[in-house]
Amino acid sequence: MPTTAPAFADATASDSALRRFLFGLPGVDAVGLEARAASLGTRSIKTTAKAYAIDLAISMIDLTTLEGADTPGKVRALAAKAVNPDPTDRTTPRTAAVCVYPDMASTAAAALAGSGVKVASVATAFPAGRAALDVKLADVRDAVAAGADEIDMVIDRGAFLSGRFLKVYEEILAVKAECGPARLKVIFETGELSTYDNIRRASWIGMLAGADFIKTSTGKVATNATPANTLLMLEAVRDFRAATGVQIGVKPAGGIRTTKDAVKFLVLVNETAGEDWLDPHWFRFGASSLLNDLLMQRQKLSTGRYSGPDYVTVD
Amino acid sequence: MSDQNRLGVFKTYKLYVGGKFPRSESGRVYEVTDSKGQWLANAPQSSRKDARDAVVAARKAFGGWSGATAYNRGQVLYRVAEMLEGRKEQFVREVAASEGLSKSKAAAAVDAAIDRWVWYAGWTDKIGQIAGGANPVAGPYLNLSTPEPTGVVAVLAPQKSSFLGLVSVIAPVIATGNTAVVVASADAPLPALSLGEVLATSDVPGGVVNILSGATAEIAAPLAAHQDVNAIDLTGADAALAKELEIAAADNLKRVLRPPVTRRRPSNEAQSATASSPVDADGASDSEDWSASPGTHRLTAFLETKTVWHPTGALGAAGSSY
Repeated sequence: MPTTAPAFADATASDSALRRFLFGLPGVDAVGLEARAASLGTRSIKTTAKAYAIDLAISMIDLTTLEGADTPGKVRALAAKAVNPDPTDRTTPRTAAVCVYPDMASTAAAALAGSGVKVASVATAFPAGRAALDVKLADVRDAVAAGADEIDMVIDRGAFLSGRFLKVYEEILAVKAECGPARLKVIFETGELSTYDNIRRASWIGMLAGADFIKTSTGKVATNATPANTLLMLEAVRDFRAATGVQIGVKPAGGIRTTKDAVKFLVLVNETAGEDWLDPHWFRFGASSLLNDLLMQRQKLSTGRYSGPDYVTVD
Repeated sequence: MSDQNRLGVFKTYKLYVGGKFPRSESGRVYEVTDSKGQWLANAPQSSRKDARDAVVAARKAFGGWSGATAYNRGQVLYRVAEMLEGRKEQFVREVAASEGLSKSKAAAAVDAAIDRWVWYAGWTDKIGQIAGGANPVAGPYLNLSTPEPTGVVAVLAPQKSSFLGLVSVIAPVIATGNTAVVVASADAPLPALSLGEVLATSDVPGGVVNILSGATAEIAAPLAAHQDVNAIDLTGADAALAKELEIAAADNLKRVLRPPVTRRRPSNEAQSATASSPVDADGASDSEDWSASPGTHRLTAFLETKTVWHPTGALGAAGSSY
């Protein structure tokens, strides 16, 4: 298993070894975690720091459309927005990626060719992940062949919650092998994992299996990215780098709609994982409406006047 | 006797934004005094961020409120009048204290305000006939004009007439389907803040009326410049402020209702007067007699006319069937 960091090679040797390792992780102090996330959310970010945070947040967005009603035209419109978010201000940075379903990946790739904006595709029977491994791998192959630079997979929550951790681990390994050069983001769907301890365990399974990113959620369930669960995952990637030297990215997704929220997450990143993660290569926002709010705040900073939804595109 | 043994229960006046009663985002309050300078209560001193939040709430509420039937809006507004009637005593007390009126004069002002509210409630399903209709055109068309609400309206309430004046500027704005961000009288905000409590309990959807208290110029400036505000009523601004706000409002072509000019000028010039025309230096709003019959100009000030041309087909020898 070449992708597993040597320091933890033993941990993934067998189902029982993995279970021992995961249950040996320190328990999460839920009250402390939420209090810390809340207190970091009270930082006041103003003027030049706010301008920096807004531009950074825009450049970290995986502009996402994951609807049954997606059309090639909508994906092309979204791609145009990703490349040029605010046509009235060319200094606005591009977003990091456009995130679509696999059948739309080729449309997105064609629309984004040469722009520097990545194509991310969800795969592995997103969002439920309830399909046979062969089907999931075919899904991934399909997306990579269509030009996806990044693959967003979902873990098998059924296997995870019933304690079959090695199955989850091996599935991620298999998907990672199928990705080739594409970067792999592993979605835990934190809203379905019930406890913070489970989120910490899932994070470690993902990191051990060679994920390039760990991602909170699909955006399809009631509870999506929260400051607390993102803080927990940031701690996990920080600890993993300290132990192995391997840096892994974090992507909160779903429910982040305002500039205020986004800035809170950036404070969490800076205070937990550190400045190395304040980069679109290592931290992303899975969002769609967030971009419009960031653009309105950006316009406010540059003109001094509050902007409104008439001045940004309707998604 | 028992009054002496009871501890006073002081009321914390709060803003009314989006159907909720928040404190100012800034955490500030200021002292509100009666006409003789005696302390009455602390009122929240709103900041520009409160103004921004109020606009977001008003925008959110606009779709539902403007889409409601005129009949329904009329019923809801009448309900507000019913609720005001039930809390008349409180309003009389607040108006008497803040305007320095005798109890009977304050009661008369409150009665007039409630009647004013009922009057505007009746207009909701009638203004369409007055401000719109079928137009005679020289062609084979049925040509119809209908008035539609302008959108989010920032309202600077009159500075002196803390309740009758307030009602007279809010009710026409929402009667026609607009949503409002109201800046209450700076010196006498208490009746306005209490009105928020009435609105919250009378079927008016949250966000349709948002009430802010504080320094008028501080709150009005960001509202006038706000790109998502469609119109501004400058009634509560003095001449210098009104001019400044009108310049800011021009940026996104807001509709502007200028403060009334002094009564020495003929009233038909009120609409065409320039912002720098002489107005009562001591608060423009006082030149308007709020007890007078209001007419429909405040209803029509924040309406957009939509005209539809419907072809009737070629006119035969017998002419149009329309």
